Amino acid sequence: MGPGIAGAQRQPCGEKRMSEIRRQISVQVNAERVERPVLVRQHLVDFLREELDLTGSHLGCEYGVCGACQVMLDGKVVRGCLTLAVRADGKQVQTVEGLSEAGELADLQEAFLNHNALQCGFCSSGMLMTALNIVRHHPDASREEIREHISGNYCRCTGYQAIVTAIESVLVKNRASAVLGASL
Amino acid sequence: MKAPAFDYVKPASMAEALAYLKQYGAGAQVLAGGQSLMAVLNLGMASPDVLVDITALPGLNEIKVQADSVTIGALVTHAALQASPQVAQHVPLLWQAVPHVAHMAIRNAGTIGGSLALADPAAEYPAVALALNATLTLQGPGGQRQVSAQDFFLGFYSTARAEDELLVAVTFPKVKGGQVMVFDELTRRRGDYALCGLAAAFEVKGSVISTARLAYLSMGDRPMLASSAAAELMGKVPSAATIAAAQAALAQDLSPNGDLHGSAKGKLQWARVLLERSVSHVGKSV
Repeated sequence: MGPGIAGAQRQPCGEKRMSEIRRQISVQVNAERVERPVLVRQHLVDFLREELDLTGSHLGCEYGVCGACQVMLDGKVVRGCLTLAVRADGKQVQTVEGLSEAGELADLQEAFLNHNALQCGFCSSGMLMTALNIVRHHPDASREEIREHISGNYCRCTGYQAIVTAIESVLVKNRASAVLGASL
Repeated sequence: MKAPAFDYVKPASMAEALAYLKQYGAGAQVLAGGQSLMAVLNLGMASPDVLVDITALPGLNEIKVQADSVTIGALVTHAALQASPQVAQHVPLLWQAVPHVAHMAIRNAGTIGGSLALADPAAEYPAVALALNATLTLQGPGGQRQVSAQDFFLGFYSTARAEDELLVAVTFPKVKGGQVMVFDELTRRRGDYALCGLAAAFEVKGSVISTARLAYLSMGDRPMLASSAAAELMGKVPSAATIAAAQAALAQDLSPNGDLHGSAKGKLQWARVLLERSVSHVGKSV
């Protein structure tokens, strides 16, 4: 019989064992190179929030369901709570703070403001990562497809209409400028 | 919640990885994409002594197309499967299943090997592997061995993989002319765990279904083959009467337990709905 995850369940959690094991990592976080030892059991968002004071990435469920913790790892959107900080060694992490400063999120942020696409606001930073992924990789997405993409960011609000509209407005604007660019 | 304390190693070679598995035995947990394991650790539902991160191992990231089969390395991510024209062309059942796996952010990190080795009965790939009778390649201290999907999944999160072995690849037969592949599942919201799912592989000759292999997910403690229902389909045209007979036979194949998602009776009904959809799809493609 193979060891499933339950196979490793030998001691009650919370028992103090090896609690301070750390590993040195070197990671590019936004514009900054960070080199320091991290607790091996610490996930990426705790590292960003607790160690680097980057509190834009949020922790909702902390088991991969709500998407509020999303960051870009080597340019790909991932769940920060399902990524150990130690695994970011040698990689590039971009958070909502860095992408805002770089202007990458400007159009989306403006659209979210204009359409009041915030709801309670807790999901916004993670939602923006998904939205950026749509803008970059799915420029022709329909409302239905936008809904499918943001389904990984549903939390406790309902509706998400304004968020879909805000993302759609950026796609429409980008498609119009692409057509304009092609005709010039 | 926060993960309990564990140690973490990231071997650079297969020999080193296998040595760690031998050394730590049941205390070791293999870490690939981590998209299920990290959640379980954060929830405090497991406390391994050490995580053996296998993502630095060479050669496990490839999709190889052979004459009659396609071999996919254990570390190939869901996103890479989705983006692969070879998978779309040669293993369409797997390719159809990928978008049903969680959400993009999770598909960017999670791996096919992780999903198969974990053997969550609600996961898509174990059912696909069973429907196509894929071959899983395990690497242990004594070398490699191959196990068919039929013999690999033993129960709830339980497989034929021994503690000192790693799942390194899975080989699917290439789709052939006359075959129709249909993957479908029922969820409350896109990306949620499937309430019920069906990976179905049909061969069609003329207007008649010559063979059918139906593998259900979320209907038992492992992916479940519905061979009585499949027998009702074989040698028949995909008509309403054929579908009704196969739906009736499903009760011999599946006995799901009722839980907070649905009653036993309700779950069997979901399985019948998916069977009808899948056979109707065959009807449209002949």
